[in-house]
Amino acid sequence: MKIERYDLIVIGAGPAGLSAAIEAAKQGMKPIVFDENAKPGGQLFKQIHKFFGSKEHKAKIRGFRIGEELLQEAEQYGVKVVLNATVIGLYPEKEITVKIGEEVKHYKGDSILVATGASENMVTFKGWTLPGVIGAGAAQTMMNLHHIKAGDRVLMLGSGNVGLVVSFQLMQAGCEVVALVDAAPRVGGYGVHAAKVARLGVPFYLSHTIVEAEGEDHVTGVTIGEVGPDWNIIPGSEKHFDVDTICLAVGLSPMSQLLKQAGVEMKDTPGGYVPVCDDFGATSVPGIFAAGDVSGIEEASSAMIEGRLAGARIAEYMGYMTEEKRLLRAEELEAALSSLRQGMFAPENRGKLVEKTEEGIPVSMNLLQKGYIAEDEIERYPGVTHTVGVHPVMECTQNIPCNPCQDACSKGCISIGENITSLPVVVAEAKCVGCGMCVASCSGQAIFLVDEESEPGYGTVTLPYEFLPLPKEGDKGVALGRDGQPVCEAEVVGVRSAKAFDHTNLLTIKVPSDMTMKARFFKRETA
Amino acid sequence: MLDVQEKLKEIGPYVPGADDDMLICRCEEVTKGEIRQAVHAGMFTIEEIRRYLRTGMGLCQGQTCGKLVKGIVAKELGVRPNEVEPAVSRAPMRPIEMRILAEDGGERE
Repeated sequence: MKIERYDLIVIGAGPAGLSAAIEAAKQGMKPIVFDENAKPGGQLFKQIHKFFGSKEHKAKIRGFRIGEELLQEAEQYGVKVVLNATVIGLYPEKEITVKIGEEVKHYKGDSILVATGASENMVTFKGWTLPGVIGAGAAQTMMNLHHIKAGDRVLMLGSGNVGLVVSFQLMQAGCEVVALVDAAPRVGGYGVHAAKVARLGVPFYLSHTIVEAEGEDHVTGVTIGEVGPDWNIIPGSEKHFDVDTICLAVGLSPMSQLLKQAGVEMKDTPGGYVPVCDDFGATSVPGIFAAGDVSGIEEASSAMIEGRLAGARIAEYMGYMTEEKRLLRAEELEAALSSLRQGMFAPENRGKLVEKTEEGIPVSMNLLQKGYIAEDEIERYPGVTHTVGVHPVMECTQNIPCNPCQDACSKGCISIGENITSLPVVVAEAKCVGCGMCVASCSGQAIFLVDEESEPGYGTVTLPYEFLPLPKEGDKGVALGRDGQPVCEAEVVGVRSAKAFDHTNLLTIKVPSDMTMKARFFKRETA
Repeated sequence: MLDVQEKLKEIGPYVPGADDDMLICRCEEVTKGEIRQAVHAGMFTIEEIRRYLRTGMGLCQGQTCGKLVKGIVAKELGVRPNEVEPAVSRAPMRPIEMRILAEDGGERE
């Protein structure tokens, strides 16, 4: 029996693992990456939505494209990726055992990076083990990787970004999301993600949870109820829905067992059982590193930077990079990472109610409780202005680290400024030409082009549209408000699908002038 | 070291709950009631409960129920979940066929 030796063994070919391997390979190392799955990329290939952030974070690029870029880069730098390879043991001497095919192979690493990611949490309620109760991530895997519809009528539990994003994707796949439920009193994820779902007509039930999943041998219905101050269901508050699927988006837990097995010092945090490590992923066992969700749940953008930080640190540890050079690289990466951790959703704000934006504007409480901004709240934001002719209306009301809209406008109509979390401001002096680049660039689908009076009594609204079949010019239907309820009749007067829009189609609808600040989605007339 | 007898007195006797028949560990078919009773029998750590009831010892290796079991034990003991002593991690970390595991190191020349 022979043992193979590598200067770096990476466990997990997701965003963190691949990024670390690439970074180390750039310095001349020859890393090998093991992944138990049949395909590399971790969760990235399930992410069909556009990412947030700035250019350096690959903002406005769809997750699976970022995954493709990462794989190309890995190949370019000679990173060896072994798939269907299940690591079953990690030992303090930096030895791993891997099940590949029909045998257990032994490898020894001079350094090891654990980037095993996380798994989905479950909650229990009567009937939770019935077929039809699935993780939101599982639903996403079925839809976006295997092209299988998760169900026809779905109830989503959890209003964090996973619950919101997957709800939208379920609707894109042709499922009906009958309700979005969360035991918390406020929406946990980005307001823009919530607003995208709410305008499709999905009702939000905050301070609600599942009482029971109904059905004999599979889910046929669900009952939810309002949660009282003592966390018990308030009698009489129960609501029933006919559904065939219940999706649970109730958080993730780090898959850190390998680290524990290797004797790494661990800590039990509210976010899960994680290794104690420094800012560069070094654990208490010399030569063993951790990056990505396994060291604390965040999202793919931060996992990729954490991976790069760890990769550079490993290259230094192994003598492939001077400390000076590594610190310079780390400085650059840490700046990018810290900008992602700014704003209302920064780690230190987790679970807290932020009542005012950085600009001192009251946060929309309706957005937090119902998923959409109320009409009497919308005018207070700097992206919402009125002028003659076509102009952008940016319903971006929370400080999140994201700024592609600013660069999208070549006319200088949109300003975010130096601080990446600032709300976008309409620059009054600049002239909007209605190109729509800002609409397509907004990962939160929160930008609309509004012309309040394009002809006497009527105006137009141009909105982002990512559903099939795509409506055609001349199609008639109804305009839906931010709450997903019909506000007026509408006619499609323009459909634009440019390559630069990257599959975000721009639908222009004609509505009465007084509806241009209300109409935010279009629903074709169904005879 | 926790005084088991003291703690048992403190938490009082096992009182059947309405949802005691709910499955918690699906792989090994362990119910909430069984876990609760194990705590009242003096098993306060995940390690002991896992050895006795086989929670988290099935196909998913506790990926689904680990957090749930911990929550039930913590509630029964009146402590926070992170105060419950976690189980030891050991290989094989993922399910593996015995015949494959048995071959490991077998072809020495």
